[in-house]
Amino acid sequence: MKKYILPSLKLTLVMIILCSAIYPLLIAGISKMAPGKGNGEKLQVNGKVVGYANVGQKFTEDKYFWGRPSAVDYNAAGSGGSNKGPSNPDYLKIVAERIDSFLVHNPSVKRSEIPAEMVTASGSGLDPNISPKSAKIQIKRIAVARNVSEEKITELVEKNTEKPLAGLLGPEKINVLKLNIALDNLK
Amino acid sequence: MNTELIGIIVTFLITVLLAFPLGKYIAKVFKGEKTFTDFLNPLERFIFRFCGIDPNKEMNWKQHMIALLSINMVWFVYAFFVLIFQGSLFLNPDGNPSMTPDLAFNTDISFLVNCNLQHYSGETGITYLSQLIVITFLQFVTAATGIAAVVVLFRAFAGKTTDKLGNFFVFFTKTLTRILIPICIVIAGLLAFNGTPASFEGKDSIVTLQGDSVQVSRGPAAGMIAIKHLGTNGGGWFGANSTHPLENPNYFTNMVEVIAQVLIPIALIFAFGFFIKRRKLAYIIFGVMTVGMLTFLIPNLVSETSGNPAFTHMGIADNAAMEGKEVRLGVTASAYWQVVTTIISTGSVNSMHDSSMPMSGAMQLLGMMTNCFYGGVGVGILNYFVFLIIAVFISGLMVGRTPEFMGRKIEAREMKIASMIALLHPFIILVGTAISSYVLVHHPEASWAVKPSSWLNNPGNHGFSEMLYEYTSSAANNGSGFEGLGDNNVFWNISTGFVLILGRFLPIIGPVAIAGLLAAKKYTPEAAGTLKTDTVTFGIMTYAVIIIIAALAFFPALTLGPIAEFFNLR
Repeated sequence: MKKYILPSLKLTLVMIILCSAIYPLLIAGISKMAPGKGNGEKLQVNGKVVGYANVGQKFTEDKYFWGRPSAVDYNAAGSGGSNKGPSNPDYLKIVAERIDSFLVHNPSVKRSEIPAEMVTASGSGLDPNISPKSAKIQIKRIAVARNVSEEKITELVEKNTEKPLAGLLGPEKINVLKLNIALDNLK
Repeated sequence: MNTELIGIIVTFLITVLLAFPLGKYIAKVFKGEKTFTDFLNPLERFIFRFCGIDPNKEMNWKQHMIALLSINMVWFVYAFFVLIFQGSLFLNPDGNPSMTPDLAFNTDISFLVNCNLQHYSGETGITYLSQLIVITFLQFVTAATGIAAVVVLFRAFAGKTTDKLGNFFVFFTKTLTRILIPICIVIAGLLAFNGTPASFEGKDSIVTLQGDSVQVSRGPAAGMIAIKHLGTNGGGWFGANSTHPLENPNYFTNMVEVIAQVLIPIALIFAFGFFIKRRKLAYIIFGVMTVGMLTFLIPNLVSETSGNPAFTHMGIADNAAMEGKEVRLGVTASAYWQVVTTIISTGSVNSMHDSSMPMSGAMQLLGMMTNCFYGGVGVGILNYFVFLIIAVFISGLMVGRTPEFMGRKIEAREMKIASMIALLHPFIILVGTAISSYVLVHHPEASWAVKPSSWLNNPGNHGFSEMLYEYTSSAANNGSGFEGLGDNNVFWNISTGFVLILGRFLPIIGPVAIAGLLAAKKYTPEAAGTLKTDTVTFGIMTYAVIIIIAALAFFPALTLGPIAEFFNLR
């Protein structure tokens, strides 16, 4: 074994330099040309950073579109899901409570209109998106809270709906933060 | 057909279309033929000279394994010391602490064996320095270790009788310089341009649109996420792995990551065919593995897309299984990923497996229990080879002929090794789960960091599945988890640590030993009475052996976990 240890040690050193120093520095260099310069893409309102384009935020006020429930309360210092199993009775109770609470805040919405995604926590706890269906059922509440016509907000939702990749791969989605920034800009 | 289903079909087709030419290229690299990457020759020559390696000195299978174990031992010691002192070293902008010895032991082994079970959370449990010089480093070199080992097997069947099977360090180095690093640069670039962080900035503090103060973790993640998939490692930069919107920003990156993880496992099958000049055998193996994947993928897709039956009674718009899933990826792409990541040994997740439907959980477990449909880089073919030898032997008995593979007789010694390796997997999984169940029931108040009574995040059968999943994932060197399990304590860190070691090195040494022994035997050319191994009939035979040995051994345990939960959830 002895005659293999020395080459192993030296080869380890070479590969640390190659894989753990040169390679990440090269990628960091490449990323300087990418949007966000490798620090993550930020969104600004009037020159002030209000968040990261890809990282979801907590919205609880009636005048904003809400995102999905989060197991980490949308604090991106950490991340994670609830890890609740589908048959867990405590978990099913939490889902039922979320449905009730949604109905209280959105009195015009029928129970049978609430998509499951609005009452289930995402995997990362930072899901930045909702589906168009989940946005549509919130329009009325926002129109009332902001005193704006429903048509205007519907238009905004449609403008912010992102089509599947290349028009045919994957689901449709809406970035909640971008939509809410557009709402604030609505005059 | 809906866009989500088209998404996964296109993803799979792209994977195969890329894997074929890559397989051809890999075969050329290890045969030493001319390739377009020959400009790297001077660099490799310099590495060999600096390390005192004579690239022309060939090794027999034992010397190969000694070299493999020696270099792995060096990494084990090195990584352990970095992890227990990481808190006081540089490149730690978030001020994360050093690891406890038992957590460092578990993390070290877990990454050393290409498993990437993570009992820490990426944002708070590890420093940028460790992420680069331990985690990323091990993700590269362990993938290269697996590929180097399978190339020994390629060499064993490439020529006539021999015990000279090439040089381990050469295979290892060329895997890194010619395959892993170049492809990773491309993948990491794609990720960075889609929003994955790659700079060395620490956590950012921001005030959100609604006025909350939150922090956002970042770091040089893109490079690590590339090798995490290409090397079928699976350990994430962030705690939430590839569900995290910075680790997997959109549907495109999701396709890139899921293609990257299964690319080399499929390419190696084709490479095997080109290397030993038996392409038909490679196509049969690819066919069996693909059928194996579909065996698990179809029930998983059906069970995930049918949603949670418990939601049906609540009267909401749909019962989509969106718990633990992300809107930008959707249920279908999550189901596809769940199966791919478990049949090969990646273990990265783009949805939380603990929250998937019971039958999906069963398919994920079966994927790891068989562990050879494509399988991890290198080790997938080695695992498959064990079942292939058993299939040859059983077929030989059935038709009353001497069992032969590639013109070499399979005798008692080879069969003993193959049987032991095939049985080792259920043994360590089931014994581990039995012990943890015993501790949970009889010592619920043991004073560990997490008391046994608080281990499980879910009651009943699902709780049992959490423990079964943890040992299955460790033994298969997969690394995904039913993450609700409270696993950062002495019991889980140490016990899975040992399962990890057994589940890695014996299943590499066993098949390489069989290949080495066979290579040294007399070669008898094929005759009319030879059992042909490159036919569809033999493919079905191998498939049956895998299902009977690997899947049925676990049936009682699956009944107690996901199957019971399935019948209760109606």
